[in-house]
Amino acid sequence: MSLRGKAFIAGAYEHPLRTIPGKTVAQVHAEVAAGALADAGLSFDDVDGYFCAGDAPGFGPLSMAEYMGISPTHVDSTETGGSSYLIHVQHAAEAIAAGHCKVALITLAGLPRSSGAGIAGAGRFGNAPEVAFENYFGMSIVAGYAMAARRHMHEFGTTSAQLAEIKVAASVHAQHNPNAFLRDVVTIDDVLASRMVADPLHMLDCCVVTDGGGALVVVAPEIARSLDRHCIPVLGTGTGVKHVDNGHIDLTYTAAAQSGPRAFAEAGVSPVDIDYASIYDSFTITVLLALEDLGFCAKGDGGRFVSDGALQAPFGKLPFNTDGGGLCNNHPSNRGGMTKVIEAVRQLRSEAHPAVQVPDCEIAVAHGTGGNLATRMGSATLILGRSL
Amino acid sequence: MNTPFLPLADLETSHENQPFWDALREGRVSLPFCANCNAFVWYPRAICPACHRDGIAWRDLPGTGRVYSYSIVSKGTGRWKESGPYVVAYVQLDSGLDGIEGPRVLTNIVGDDVQQKVKVDARVRAVVDRDVKHDAKNGDVERILLRFTLA
Repeated sequence: MSLRGKAFIAGAYEHPLRTIPGKTVAQVHAEVAAGALADAGLSFDDVDGYFCAGDAPGFGPLSMAEYMGISPTHVDSTETGGSSYLIHVQHAAEAIAAGHCKVALITLAGLPRSSGAGIAGAGRFGNAPEVAFENYFGMSIVAGYAMAARRHMHEFGTTSAQLAEIKVAASVHAQHNPNAFLRDVVTIDDVLASRMVADPLHMLDCCVVTDGGGALVVVAPEIARSLDRHCIPVLGTGTGVKHVDNGHIDLTYTAAAQSGPRAFAEAGVSPVDIDYASIYDSFTITVLLALEDLGFCAKGDGGRFVSDGALQAPFGKLPFNTDGGGLCNNHPSNRGGMTKVIEAVRQLRSEAHPAVQVPDCEIAVAHGTGGNLATRMGSATLILGRSL
Repeated sequence: MNTPFLPLADLETSHENQPFWDALREGRVSLPFCANCNAFVWYPRAICPACHRDGIAWRDLPGTGRVYSYSIVSKGTGRWKESGPYVVAYVQLDSGLDGIEGPRVLTNIVGDDVQQKVKVDARVRAVVDRDVKHDAKNGDVERILLRFTLA
């Protein structure tokens, strides 16, 4: 069964703060939930489906349902790291199509900045069968992505300056976002001159560490028709999983190579039809690999594709992450998937900042990359439309 | 007492991978080998993820390989806070068998000036990094890890 047009995003809300002292994670989940429901013109009483991932406290959907005082008939705590929330949109559409719920609430929140945790704890799981063979080599998350970048450079001649173009585009967009964590426009030279964290990735190749959160409300078509808000149809969805593959890991591609084609096929569109792209940007290399895997250019051509301002809104070849993305705006709870969907919804509603609003934005892709490129990852792709 | 190249830790091992550590203590790199698939299994586990049939036996590899990719981490965190720059790498192991690829394994490349010398495709050989940790409860415990040096 195709999910095309079976569900609509009626509400989207991004927490405006990037440092949130004095609040609990549960509290921020509830705040963003309220924000997204208000955006949709709905209330907590309308929610009958609830989705959250590993950032939710306690018993996940059970703890949060209790905290927020909702009694959903459908819950889902699929955890693929930062891409979880895009998969939740897919699963919400499935549940709605199956009649299991009509108003699905998806929340994300975390406080890595004010708690001082930083990226510690991200992607670490006790009792995992691979632990003894991976966790004792000092492989920071950055180092994993750096190895992917190194291999891409080796095979295809990609350069650090090309990766820097991605950060530059994000910074050009972030200057217009008053809530962005980093609002200064940077140059390629600024990126290359920034401190080397894990060679070949510099400090400015990395996303920000921010408190915050976001939420989405996904509804059935009949609910969407009853609301005054511009509801965004889900046109296509795709999930992909990639792992070490019995010792045959190939660092030059991601699970977007599976999730992308599935989403485009379900939507009945192709990369040339995309007006705006929200691309998960934990690091610059994360974007470059995803663009190739999603089919915006051939494998190995990502460096050339992103050059010369191609990603800069509103008139670049493929305007991306117009909120400033995880690289500049926000990467709440070290998980950037939620904000990818939210900015795509803004673009399709023509509610992005006027300086970066893509004219006649009809079809957008939102893409998430969770886990670690160097080990195991879950990718998720959504194709969203202005209208059906 | 031996000084390790890079930090060692008490490992979370299991019965599924114990033969790997037993062999490494003797200076051998040994991995599960699936007779049905004619392939090594990585990471070591009790089942073959390709065929899921019985037939896993342990087989030694030469302990040599080449660098598939690497990163030079400027400064570690946590237990690695005093370390850096150091090299994290994927090494493609030589299988020692015609027509069979060894697995790509996560590791460190260690040795003098390795940060300047390491390259993709550089030849490497196994080094068993080890030390002895003493604590009141367990006495002397040897800690061990498979790392590589440039060949």
